[in-house]
Parts: sequence; structure tokens; C-alpha cells
Amino acid sequence: MKQLDDIQLLEVIEKYLAGEMSASEAAQFESIRKETPEIDQMVVEHDMFLHEMDQYASRKNFSKRSAQIFNNLYNAGEWAPIDEQSTKFKVIQLWSKYKKVTAIAATVGGFIALFTSTLMMYFSPSLNGSQVLQLSKAIEVIKKNQQVQGHILNEVKTKLPENAKLLSGGSGFLIDTKGFIITNAHVLKGNGAIVINNVGQELKATIIYADKNVDLALLKIIDSDFEQPKSIPYTIRKKTTELGEEIYTLGYPRNDNDIVYGKGYLSAQSGFEGDSNAYQIQISANPGYSGAPIFNNNAEIIGIINTRQKQAEGVAFAIKSSKIFDLIESAQKEQSGEKSVHISKNMSVNKSGDRKKQIGDMKNFIYNIRSYN
Amino acid sequence: MILKFSKKIISNQIGLLLPYLSINILKAEYNEIALLKGLANNDSKAVETLYKNHFSTIQHFIENNNGSFDDARDVFQEAMITLYEKVQNESFTLTCQIKTYLFSICKHLWLKRLQQIGKYSSPLSAQEESISVEADMEAFEKKDAAFAIMDRALNSLGEPCKSLLEGYYLNKKGMQELAAEFGYTNSDNAKNQKYKCLMRLKKLFFSQYNIGD
Repeated sequence: MKQLDDIQLLEVIEKYLAGEMSASEAAQFESIRKETPEIDQMVVEHDMFLHEMDQYASRKNFSKRSAQIFNNLYNAGEWAPIDEQSTKFKVIQLWSKYKKVTAIAATVGGFIALFTSTLMMYFSPSLNGSQVLQLSKAIEVIKKNQQVQGHILNEVKTKLPENAKLLSGGSGFLIDTKGFIITNAHVLKGNGAIVINNVGQELKATIIYADKNVDLALLKIIDSDFEQPKSIPYTIRKKTTELGEEIYTLGYPRNDNDIVYGKGYLSAQSGFEGDSNAYQIQISANPGYSGAPIFNNNAEIIGIINTRQKQAEGVAFAIKSSKIFDLIESAQKEQSGEKSVHISKNMSVNKSGDRKKQIGDMKNFIYNIRSYN
Repeated sequence: MILKFSKKIISNQIGLLLPYLSINILKAEYNEIALLKGLANNDSKAVETLYKNHFSTIQHFIENNNGSFDDARDVFQEAMITLYEKVQNESFTLTCQIKTYLFSICKHLWLKRLQQIGKYSSPLSAQEESISVEADMEAFEKKDAAFAIMDRALNSLGEPCKSLLEGYYLNKKGMQELAAEFGYTNSDNAKNQKYKCLMRLKKLFFSQYNIGD
């Protein structure tokens, strides 16, 4: 039988190549090899094959082992995706560490221009990742010549520390004349932050408190260039808002620093999958709107935009404004040694003003937020 | 840093190694050499150390350049394989620190992937220094092609051939053990089956391999 012969031959060749033949056997085989070109070719071919098989086995075994080692380390908590790292505890810990070290050295070395890269769609693992997406921006830093980029941004003299890597961005708004700002926790992927006001002025800020569960965070402007306003032209609503109420928002979804106005209505009293901490709103929300305030017609903040439903364009979710008060309370407890964190008493709305007038007043209190490491 | 060592020497006892090594050390740190030696000898501790020391840099790099954690894991894994196969070589040279080498490979791989999916739009932002790894990547890609062919061939064999051959060639099990595992009455029957499978595998492999070259 031909096949049987082939099998026997293969066995002999393999034995020969593996060096398992005795000296006399090997010598005998080599003389057959010399006389029979077909067998010689088979030996060469099989040698080549075994070599490839060896390489294959070596890589396959190594991949398997190293993947296992990786998984063991991962499960032991050696690393986590950056998005998962910024738990409340960690943010606070980082902040207190960072607070001691420096009040952010202002560095003006080189001209660093910022530009927002592709609006990376970011799915938070703690939310239902496949169906909602958070609206923060992914930002990249590159060093570019001022003349090339200068016309895009007027923030060439950046207040970012040298070598800082911008990680994320979004919007935020002032809740106190002393410079306290509310934004989403997921906007702050780094442990440092700068805020940029409506006219493009950069101000240094620190992260005071972040609650990843509610997705709210508190920042404070710590920049001497910050001009404290006398009062704030809007208020924060404590009660819930009625269905169908007309709403509008102001935020920084664009790559430049232009504030953008959007209008819509309150479409449900609960958020994604019945989340009672949130509203569902009908508004066109783009990445970058995360942390933007939502106002009603009385210039009361009723919520903070944080996510949008992936499938349905125009459907977004907002954290109820009452959560701001809860956040401040938690922050005050946490910061017992600190000068108290608070919401301004000087909040008042110019009732006589129309929408345009209201927005004109408000926009100076809404900030473009960037977070870095 | 330049270091060289031949494989024969690596496979010696580690304790004996240092005085006898034909290493041409200019600025090499002993740690790095030991680590590479461990990697070449399939020491899990070395692999673990490499992950611990270098993965987070790559994680940050990838995540700051349009990638996810999983992307970082995959790219780093490939870089580890590249380094592993490099140190398997009879005489290999590493002209930089392990850190720089791994980063350079990862950067190369990630750039390529971004270009493939059409997401590459600007210079990658990175603070780590990197070296040119073109030559190494070329060798790696060649091996990659052969690996893919073998993988496809093995997977299209069907059972029991696939498991039998994997047991013999990958897991280095003896015929007797395999006979027992697969339920052959004796090891000769198992061996016979193995050779039948092997012939099929070779046919599949070479039909692709020759085209590939």
C-alpha cells in the first residue's frame, strides 16, 4: 500500500532529523538519500516543515503563556483601563497629593497649541456602555508652530504644565463667585484641569471632588487671573421639572472655543433605564456637551448633560440639578479641614431680560474644561 | 547599550553565566540582560516583570492615540512576541534599552493599525524616545505570515488530527501518552494516525506556503 510506505518513510525521516537513529542507521539512510533524489527532497522539505512547526509551536506557546500572565496581573489589579481608574477615591487621593506638590507651575515653554482630535466615542463601563455614550471630548496635544496653529486658537500661551497630556474635555459652569465649577466626573480623566472661559482665557483649576456614580465633579479655579464676579446670572433648581418644559443649553462641543446654544424640551422624568437621578431630554447633544448646564425659561439650571442614547439621535440624558446640592454636601464632609465649599448665595436672574439677554449674561459663567495628566 | 549573547550560552545555568558570557557590554545593566535571558528561557517571572515594567507606558500611549485598553494589550502582546523571537536567535543584538525597544515596536504596530483602519490623521503624540525597528518588523512579518498559514492549516484539519498533532508538536507529549489520551489501543496505532494527519497537514501547509513565498 502506497500510503503505508509514505507513512513509514515519513517516520524514518522524522527519526533521522530528530537525531534518534544510531550511527549505523544514519549512515545507511544517508547513502539512500544520496542515491534517491526524491527521498533527499522529502528530507529537506520535512526539515523545513519541522522548522516552521517549531516556530509555530514556540510562538503559540509563548502567546498563551504571556496572555495568561497578563490576565493574572490584570485580575490582581495591576492595571485598569484609564476610564475605570478615576473612581471618586482615586480622584480625591490624587488631588490631595497634587495639591501639596504645587499650585501648578505656569509654564510657557514652547508654543503648545491644543486641538481636539477626532471626537472619540467613549463608552463608559459603569453605564450601559453599548447604548449610551458620554459626551466628553478626547483631546490630543501636539507641539506646533505658533504661526501654523495660532489662528485657530488664541490660547497659545498655555497654562498647562510642560509635558502635560490632555486626556479629556467637556463643559462646566460656575456655581459660586469664588470659582467653584460643576462638570461631569467623566470629563475629568486626568488628575489636573484647566478651564477656558468664553473669551478664550485659560485658568488653572483643581479637582476638589468627584463622584463617579452620579457622574458629577467639582472644580475650583485657583488662578490669580480669575476675576471673581459679583453675582451669578442664574439659579439652581432644587425641585424636579415638569414634562414638556422648554429647555436650552450652552456648552463647548466644538473644537474651537466658541460657545454653542442648543434648544429642546424635557421628555421624561427619568433617565436611561429608569434612572431616577436623571431626566431624558430632547436636544441635539454632541461630544463636548458633557457637563453643560440645562436651563429652563426662568434661567434656572435644571440639569447637567452627561450622556446621549447611541441609537436615537437627539435623545440625551441629564443629571437632575438637585444632585448638585448632594454633591456639595458630600464635598463639604470630605473637605472638613478646608474652607467650605459652597454654592453662591448671590444667584439671581434678570427676569426682565429676554433669552438673548440671558444668554449674553450667562455665557461668561460657562467654561470649556480640559483635563490632563 | 549594546549586548550580545549566543544562545548556547544562554541555555547554561544562570549562576555560571556571568563570568563565561560572551557579552559585549558597553552600558548594559545586568538586570536587563538577566531579564532577556529569562525571556529566552521561558521564565514566567521575566515575562511578568516585562509586563509590570513596561505595559503602562504602552497603555498610555495607545489610549492617548485613539486606542483602547484592549488595543494596548494586543499591541503589547505582539511586541513581546517580537522580543521573544528576537532573543531566541543564535546571536542577537539589542542596541537600546528594553523599554525603548518595546515602545518602538508598539509605536510601529499601532501606526500601521491606525493607517489600516484609516484613523491615522496626525503625528502620534508620544514622549518616549524610539528607534527604527524596520528590519526587525520585517522579520516578524515574515514569521507572522508563516504562522498564519500553519494556523489555518491546523485548524482546517479537523479532529482528532488537530489535537493529536498539537499534542505532539506543541505540547511535546509522547506517543504513549497521546495514545492513552485519545483512546488508541496502542502507541503504534496512535503513531500511524499521527503520520496520516501529518501528511494532510503538510499538504495543506505547503500549498499555501509556496504561494506565500
